[in-house]
Amino acid sequence: MEALKEPGQGVIARFSNLKGLTIPVAPHKGCGSSGGSGKSSCGSSAGSGDLPSEIWEKVKNHPCYSEEAHHHYARMHVAVAPACNIQCNYCNRKYDCANESRPGVVSERLTPEQAAKKVLAVASEIPQMTVLGIAGPGDPLANPDKTFQTFDFVFKAAPDIKLCLSTNGLALPDYVERIKDFKVDHVTITINMVDPEVGARIYPWVFFRHKRYTGKDAAKLLTERQLEGLEMLTQAGILCKVNSVMIPGINDDHLVEVNKAVKSRGAFLHNIMPLISSPEHGTVFGLSGQRGPSAQELKALQDKCEGEMNMMRHCRQCRADAVGLLGEDRGAEFTTERIESMEVEYDAAKRRSYRDSVEIEREVRKAAREQELLTLAGENSDRKILVAVATKGGGKVNEHFGHAKEFQIYELSVAGSKFVGHRRVDLYCQGGYGEEDALAGVIRAINDCVAVFVAKIGGCPKEELRKAGIEPVDQYAYGYIETATISYYRSYLERLKNGELVDIERGDAMIRQGAFIELSAPAGQAA
Amino acid sequence: MSYKIVASQCTGCSACEPECPNKAISEKDGIFLIDPKKCTECIGFFDEPQCVAVCPVDHTCIIDKSLPRYQK
Ligand code: SF4
Ligand code: SF4
Repeated sequence: MEALKEPGQGVIARFSNLKGLTIPVAPHKGCGSSGGSGKSSCGSSAGSGDLPSEIWEKVKNHPCYSEEAHHHYARMHVAVAPACNIQCNYCNRKYDCANESRPGVVSERLTPEQAAKKVLAVASEIPQMTVLGIAGPGDPLANPDKTFQTFDFVFKAAPDIKLCLSTNGLALPDYVERIKDFKVDHVTITINMVDPEVGARIYPWVFFRHKRYTGKDAAKLLTERQLEGLEMLTQAGILCKVNSVMIPGINDDHLVEVNKAVKSRGAFLHNIMPLISSPEHGTVFGLSGQRGPSAQELKALQDKCEGEMNMMRHCRQCRADAVGLLGEDRGAEFTTERIESMEVEYDAAKRRSYRDSVEIEREVRKAAREQELLTLAGENSDRKILVAVATKGGGKVNEHFGHAKEFQIYELSVAGSKFVGHRRVDLYCQGGYGEEDALAGVIRAINDCVAVFVAKIGGCPKEELRKAGIEPVDQYAYGYIETATISYYRSYLERLKNGELVDIERGDAMIRQGAFIELSAPAGQAA
Repeated sequence: MSYKIVASQCTGCSACEPECPNKAISEKDGIFLIDPKKCTECIGFFDEPQCVAVCPVDHTCIIDKSLPRYQK
């Protein structure tokens, strides 16, 4: 873990450099556009090319921060922090929170000792696991002793595991020193507003220094503490990501302001997530009928904020106790009882050799992508299309249509193939709902795509997809996603030219409501 | 009087426990209890009862009217 041994001096230099720059931001140009070196400060989706090497070192194996890495590496969260110090209208502390990595009270809660043992057990069995995060179920910094004790155990036993934490930021300025001491090098702050007027509609209260604050006072305090904490962290060379929940009618337009505020304070990544809300969650927003954004609304906002700062689009709003590759929840394999009875042997060598093989694989994939990109050199169409891909990792088209729990969405243009997000879908193959309903659900979720790439697909869904104007594509089974999609795009342009295809605008798509479900849970809405 | 926790409402989040200036709050089987002998309603420490102020569920930490008022 190079990044842990040297707590990022290079990054300090980087950010102080940025501070000295005057970044011209036109008031009505979305999230600011700047020339020159600004661009290189905040990349994440394009791989190493976009990032200064010190930051790339820190994020390259981090599935939450690097779009490229999330195909190969995994993180886990342990639920050691039950208490919270603020109240959010999208959260009901009696139940698992669907918006952030907060599994509420019904989920297993661990002591720091149990958590550390679980981490080592998982790391030994799943060499992909490179990141340990503490995100809840409450706020890690409202439970500082439990949080830092867990980090301490893990850091001593397995120094190759990166540590990160997610916080609402209220207590953050008080703990920056400890975060530094424990060599935590990634922090995520959830910032939904920088204006107390907006904040008062999201946060009913905060608890700070023995007092409960409400309304605008609460929001003002929260935003001041969040931004102060963010600045302190970036000055200390600790990578900061900002999460924002997009709440239509409340903070959707305002998030452009938030983007500017966090960017100017050195956040390297901004992740805008859709509000997930339904009455069964019992949250204030769920009960008031506050809707979440549609896929197009979300993408439009992310595009507006992209500018010089890359947006994170692969976040799956996973649960805090999730284990496994992002989106693939193996938590059920590592229950407390099983861990208690386990003999844990931490095999550092096995883990290193896995990482080496992944690095080779990534090089091969990169070379294949570059090769394929060359074939687009002569094209000059301004046509952009979206396609959906069924994948279970490794950057390949390798999932059966009927087994896909989610689809990755790529935007194809003459510039190449760009990952723009993912869509969760209910398991089409599992019972609980009629097959037709399930298929209709999948179609709604990827309705803005012209094609869906799969390893395999049955005749019946194929027909239905075609009827809905989505082309099922299985000839690239087990190929690399980028290579497959670029090749498809080339033939798409070809077919447009010779009249085989008629270009029609695709409609909008739905964002699935409800928490991400585990394999053992019944398909359908997770309440 | 003392404060008490409505067990059926408590999420077991533990937020109240470290806030109590009298160490009156403890856990039993995942939910939290207030020891009425130790609770001073936060009088002499804070303007508002800390357990009430931090609890995420409204009307969960409530005054126990069956007990006499706390006397300093
Ligand atoms: S009212 Fe104050 S003293 Fe009594 S239990 Fe609550 S926090 Fe403790
Ligand atoms: S703060 Fe409220 S919900 Fe949390 S443990 Fe205390 S009484 Fe229970």
